[in-house]
Amino acid sequence: MTIAVVIFASLILALVGWLFAQSLHTRPWVAQGPAFDLTSPSARSRQLWRVTLMVIMAVVASVFGLFMSAYLIRMDYGDWRPLQDPALLWANTGVLVLCSVLLQLAWGAARRGQDALLKLTWLGGGAMSLVFIGGQYVVWRQLNAAGFYLDHNPASAFFFVLTGLHVLHLLGGLVAWGRTTIRMGAGGASAGVRLGIELCALYWHFLLAVWVVLFALLSTT
Amino acid sequence: MAQTTHDQYPLVGPLEMEEMELYHPKTWLGKYVFCQDAKVIAIQYSITAIAIGVVALGLSVVMRLQLGFPNTFSFIDPANYLQAVTMHGMIMVIYLLTALFLGGFGNYLIPLMVGARDMVFPYVNMLSFWVYFLAVLLLVASFFVPGGATGAGWTLYPPQAVSPGTPGIDGGIMLMLLSLIVFIIGFTMGGLNYVVTILQARTRGMTLMRMPLTVWGIFMATVLALLAFPALLVSCIMMLLDRTLGTSFFMPAMISLGEQTEYVGGSPILWQHLFWFFGHPEVYIVALPAFGIVSDLLACHARKNIFGYRMMVWAILAIGGLSFIVWAHHMYVSGMNPYFGFFFATTTLIIAIPTALKVYNWVLTLWRGNIRLTVPMLFAIGFIFTFINGGLTGLFLGNVTVDVPLSDTYFVIGHFHMVMAVSPILVIFGAIYHWYPKITGRMLNDTLGKWHFWVTFLGTYAIYYPMHYIGIEGVPRRYYAYGDTEFMSATVQDVNVFITLAALVVAAGQILFFYNVIRSYFNGRDAGHNPWEATTLEWQTQHTPPRHGNFGDELPIVYRWAYDYGVPGARDDFIPQNVPPDASGLTGDPNRHPEQHA
Repeated sequence: MTIAVVIFASLILALVGWLFAQSLHTRPWVAQGPAFDLTSPSARSRQLWRVTLMVIMAVVASVFGLFMSAYLIRMDYGDWRPLQDPALLWANTGVLVLCSVLLQLAWGAARRGQDALLKLTWLGGGAMSLVFIGGQYVVWRQLNAAGFYLDHNPASAFFFVLTGLHVLHLLGGLVAWGRTTIRMGAGGASAGVRLGIELCALYWHFLLAVWVVLFALLSTT
Repeated sequence: MAQTTHDQYPLVGPLEMEEMELYHPKTWLGKYVFCQDAKVIAIQYSITAIAIGVVALGLSVVMRLQLGFPNTFSFIDPANYLQAVTMHGMIMVIYLLTALFLGGFGNYLIPLMVGARDMVFPYVNMLSFWVYFLAVLLLVASFFVPGGATGAGWTLYPPQAVSPGTPGIDGGIMLMLLSLIVFIIGFTMGGLNYVVTILQARTRGMTLMRMPLTVWGIFMATVLALLAFPALLVSCIMMLLDRTLGTSFFMPAMISLGEQTEYVGGSPILWQHLFWFFGHPEVYIVALPAFGIVSDLLACHARKNIFGYRMMVWAILAIGGLSFIVWAHHMYVSGMNPYFGFFFATTTLIIAIPTALKVYNWVLTLWRGNIRLTVPMLFAIGFIFTFINGGLTGLFLGNVTVDVPLSDTYFVIGHFHMVMAVSPILVIFGAIYHWYPKITGRMLNDTLGKWHFWVTFLGTYAIYYPMHYIGIEGVPRRYYAYGDTEFMSATVQDVNVFITLAALVVAAGQILFFYNVIRSYFNGRDAGHNPWEATTLEWQTQHTPPRHGNFGDELPIVYRWAYDYGVPGARDDFIPQNVPPDASGLTGDPNRHPEQHA
């Protein structure tokens, strides 16, 4: 459970530390008027959505952290037979990195108002995500063909469950990507669309990080 | 003293909060069924949770009838006794307590107490309830499938949870696991709302350190739940795969009914780790909202500021953080390395420090307070007693050497019912008596409430105190019948009869509560807008019950914390949070409100 404990400890420490810093020097029993709030409504909305995304990412991190902890505990048992990971996984990893880069470029293009570059990188990022999902599907078929199924042994069960769960989270991201694409088609790069692009880019970076840790774990054990 | 408005304060600018677009229902369905108003969702959550909780109460009566009068009732056999044990535990912990505290009180109180119009994502909030409702339906359906509900115990330990011989290994366990998965998905939607609303939608002036402790308790409990429920989700998914697709995450290679099973050597201990990694924070998911609510009840009804507000907040944070490193104290008898046992016993004892700190602060809040022994106050004081009792027996069980002989005895049942069943339930009752006037606009009947309190409070002691004694004698839990067991003295059965009679009285006593709630809804005394003279924002709404949008045209501005009760020199013995400093009637005490004299 070390991984899970480390992830939880960092999440909780970050939150508690932040809250503690906020509250350390205050004197709540003193009555006074509230401070002038300089943030504009659009900045507040951006902050709200970023906090929301952070909460979602914390929950997803805890799901993967716990699965990985379970993986490491289960690995120590005698019947563990490591998989031969298909080489295609390296290519898929490259595709996912490309998705992240493209969406990051899209975010930059949206900020600078470069509509043509935005469209190209944004649609490219989505398309590459679909390529990644297709690639993962091919990996599963290759493993099946080599005789590895979900119920074959614990290592292959974990492989299918963990990679499947990662793809599911990517599909969830693609729903948000699709909604933003529709809004972009309807009204160009408005503030709401820019926020959607930013959030998608951040989420994709996060899923890339999860995948890198996951891939490292799966391929080294 | 002249009334002043906030505009005279240089610190206060014009309201710049972006007004949220409120959902306006057009149909009856939109207003009462698929409603997006957090207050309606809160009531939907509460009614569903209490309804399923009544089912769980019925199941406990079944258990007690069997234990008090073994082999008397033909409708109770070993299988449905175990099913009653399992479903009682699961429903009470997750579907009643978690859902009621977070889905019920969380939804009603968070937006009102932080001065928001609604949750930040009302649509997701509405979905959250209906997904929870679906989880409850799946749970109820498991009673009616062939083989009945699962009888694996609420911890659902493999391999017996899915092995022949345990009741409900077909549809029962599958529906249970599915229902939990659905519950967690629904909760995550709600939890996201609670956390983001508290962090991002507080009204002007409502700094974190001015939030009522109720909001702090619900906030930290939600954070714990968002992080801990995934452990249960992960384990449920893996067990469901073991059960349906023949994987071996948890199921060891074993011989069942004389035949080798197809499982190839999974780890049942892995389930225990994952389950308790969720299970222990779950205790605090239930306890922290109760801690928060009881702090507010005590301050309000003792007319005194809560003692050590900042300490109370930090204690909530500390308990939340520590609750993630104590899980294996539920597993001392699982064959773990003794050094682990030592580590987890130490962390368990450390968590007692912030908890004890809270208890001292509650007692010190009462010290020389102007105590009004209202029904909510009775329940709050009852909570302190019960929580201390349950907490002290927790120190016994937290130590490995004491726990090993007491493990799986009635001592454990006595302990955890005191600390995480009766204590939070007392707070829930106190909270309902406290906020019912705001929710309905009518007061609950005081006499009935006091009868309800004494029957429940004394009755639960009559049930759980004796359990500690029979537990020390070694009477094991989860047994259908004991027969002639040598190590148990003959009086154990007499104690069991006594406990059963007490349980029947307590169960029947709850009729007083339901009668009171229904009767008062139609005939109760008019409550006015702030019958308890409380300071928090929910009592300062224009309308009672609050209408959609909570605060009329303009959101309140907060100038002070939630605990200005009995302020020396003030006109009234309470100053609501939205009263500006020089409108409070204060005359002296420059240290208390220095800006007045600036």
